[in-house]
Amino acid sequence: MKTFRIGGVHPAENKLSAASPIRKAQLPKQAVFSMFQHIGAPAKPVVKKGDEVKVGTLLAEAGGFVSAPVYSSVSGKVSKVDVALDASGTRRPAIYVDVEGDEWEDSIDRSETLVRLSDRPDLDAKTIVEKIKNAGIVGLGGATFPCHVKLTPPPGCKAECVIINAVECEPYLTADHRLMLEHADEILVGVELIMKAVDVKRGYIGIENNKPDAIRLMTEKAAGHEGIEVVPLKVKYPQGGEKQLIDAVIGRQVPAPPAIPINVGAVVQNVGTAFAIYEAVMKNKPLIDRIITVTGKSVKQPSNLLARLGTPFQQLIDECGGLPEDTGKIIGGGPMMGKALISLEVPMTKGSSGLLLMTEEEARRTAPQPCIRCAKCVSACPMGLEPYLLSKVSEKQMWDKAEAEDITSCIECGSCQFTCPSNRPLLDMIRVGKSTVMGIIKSRAAK
Amino acid sequence: MNLILIAVIVLGAIGLVSALVLFLASHKFAVHEDPRIAQVAEVLPQANCGGCGFPGCSGFAAACVKAADAGSLEGKSCPVGGQPVMEQVAGILGMAAASSAPKVAVVRCNGTCENRPRLVSFDGAQSCRVQNMTGMGETGCAYGCLGCGDCVKACQFDAIHMNPETGLPEVDEDKCTACGACSKACPRGIIEIRLKGPKGRRVVVLCNNKDKGAVANKVCKASCIGCAKCVKTCEKFEAITLVNNLAYIDAEKCKMCRKCEEACPKHAIHGFNFPPKKVVSDAPAKPVAEKPAAEAPVKNEAGPKAADAPVQESPVINNVTQ
Repeated sequence: MKTFRIGGVHPAENKLSAASPIRKAQLPKQAVFSMFQHIGAPAKPVVKKGDEVKVGTLLAEAGGFVSAPVYSSVSGKVSKVDVALDASGTRRPAIYVDVEGDEWEDSIDRSETLVRLSDRPDLDAKTIVEKIKNAGIVGLGGATFPCHVKLTPPPGCKAECVIINAVECEPYLTADHRLMLEHADEILVGVELIMKAVDVKRGYIGIENNKPDAIRLMTEKAAGHEGIEVVPLKVKYPQGGEKQLIDAVIGRQVPAPPAIPINVGAVVQNVGTAFAIYEAVMKNKPLIDRIITVTGKSVKQPSNLLARLGTPFQQLIDECGGLPEDTGKIIGGGPMMGKALISLEVPMTKGSSGLLLMTEEEARRTAPQPCIRCAKCVSACPMGLEPYLLSKVSEKQMWDKAEAEDITSCIECGSCQFTCPSNRPLLDMIRVGKSTVMGIIKSRAAK
Repeated sequence: MNLILIAVIVLGAIGLVSALVLFLASHKFAVHEDPRIAQVAEVLPQANCGGCGFPGCSGFAAACVKAADAGSLEGKSCPVGGQPVMEQVAGILGMAAASSAPKVAVVRCNGTCENRPRLVSFDGAQSCRVQNMTGMGETGCAYGCLGCGDCVKACQFDAIHMNPETGLPEVDEDKCTACGACSKACPRGIIEIRLKGPKGRRVVVLCNNKDKGAVANKVCKASCIGCAKCVKTCEKFEAITLVNNLAYIDAEKCKMCRKCEEACPKHAIHGFNFPPKKVVSDAPAKPVAEKPAAEAPVKNEAGPKAADAPVQESPVINNVTQ
């Protein structure tokens, strides 16, 4: 069975909510829309206090090419344009909407009927990318990179295949798994749309083999779509990393930055993104909701919720049986790459793939011990780096050395820290070094 | 015998030629270093802390000599040695020393455990730089002290320590050389290298929060909310400016009248090293009178403002009677 060639770890899977069907979350009383729901320039608000909005009304337009617009996921009145605490742990510009009723914009097709690519011969690549761009779609795996940017290859690059990331290698999370089981047809049309947008004939869907039902169903359905192939993959974290997935599926390695996947002919999109693309192009529905896994060992009802963006996390937890008493840490995203939240007021954003309530026992980090030079982190690093060294040079602020050791190649997957027998906070330090070195490189380029 | 003689002569000749070449080369390629640089370097403290902004003490010595040749030692100051060392340097270079008032590191945050309760606890690597990357940190304040002590680790003079009670670093003013290492280590730029002031007295806004008033007010009991009351009390001297919802007192313009300290509704402004405040009325309730009773020493200190003091006293009495 295929997988990526170097490094990787296998944390306990804990897919507690795998059997729970997607259910619709209730509407919030107030929805908060952050202007920073994607990587790149923040969105620029186009509404003001007191404006009436419907589901699908534009709230903020894209702030540049690498940016995405934000649409209202609820109907009601804009109560203020201010700052709000978001998952990054800082207060950033946001739009507050007080919810009244549930009125949708007329342009959105809310029917359940499947629209196939053959039903819409009028669609060409340019229209598809334009629609995706206008719908505010970003990478829904968690990185939230604006989708249209990846579908617009830089001059001189030509995509050869589309790879759909359905591995969901993060423990606990099951949002993509459930989506595949319940919306396989729509996803496959979405994949066809991506293939058409970048003009390629091959599409691969990479699924880890801890989801045999999804592999079976997708393989069955993909038979009816020319050029799409389902690739079962061995379970290994971080297979969902873009570079690891390309290596696993087509066996090509993306060189160190500034090279990007398109340089080896691959366009990678998440399976959730493919579904959102289907809805945006075929149903005219902008990105206003997504599936989020609310889970944890003490959660009464681990669930996969289809929730509107802007819903406060507190409400999602309430819908899954409330906050367990022994909660030690609340994590936005999965346990490996997610970020601990400092408040439950934080609203759900485009990148919220999961909400994990860790018990106190699970969350406890033991005191770091001295490095014993076992090199487990080196074997675990999927990028072939030397985490113990990068962590040390970051600590000592030796930025030149950090840059020479390719600290910018780090994908922050946390495999090193997971595998360290001395519980050293390797990734914590590497992150500091990486962001500093990136800053240095940026300022040097600006000169 | 003959063989030995030839060897001696040949070697001797080679030696002589080499010596001549070396002699000529040393003259031709001689690097002339100003002897004053070595002299200046000798009086410097050799801490090599870089606080002066130059690479070590020899770098600073070279810069001083260059500046002296250009005509003035203005702006050159050794934070470790202070004025005495600079006077020695000036003496060697035959110049007048630029007068530089001594400086000290000031931690501009008063978010003690009491003023600013911890909402969450951070269990990652115990480093301010790491914690700062997670966003807000343990409290709701995005600008305040993170409390992991990066400044303490950066200090080469053992002059800054964490106070476990307040959770904030405290500067030992006698040991602090104002080299600025702690200021650079702080990821939130809380530590300011500030004029020490006459007799070490200075008035400082102990807050770094640039959030709007409502947010700043919520997160900390001692935050600056940008209400500008202090700016108004200081209209005469224009020492206080309000930028990004944060008041800042210009140490050079401050007259140490401490009126802003009383005007601040959040008690974010603090006077350092002032003599203990005398109690104004006969038997006032202690906690109330403590703050505003500052006039008495001020009267002695700053003569021109004595006239204002009695006016200020009335609210004290009101407070006491209430």
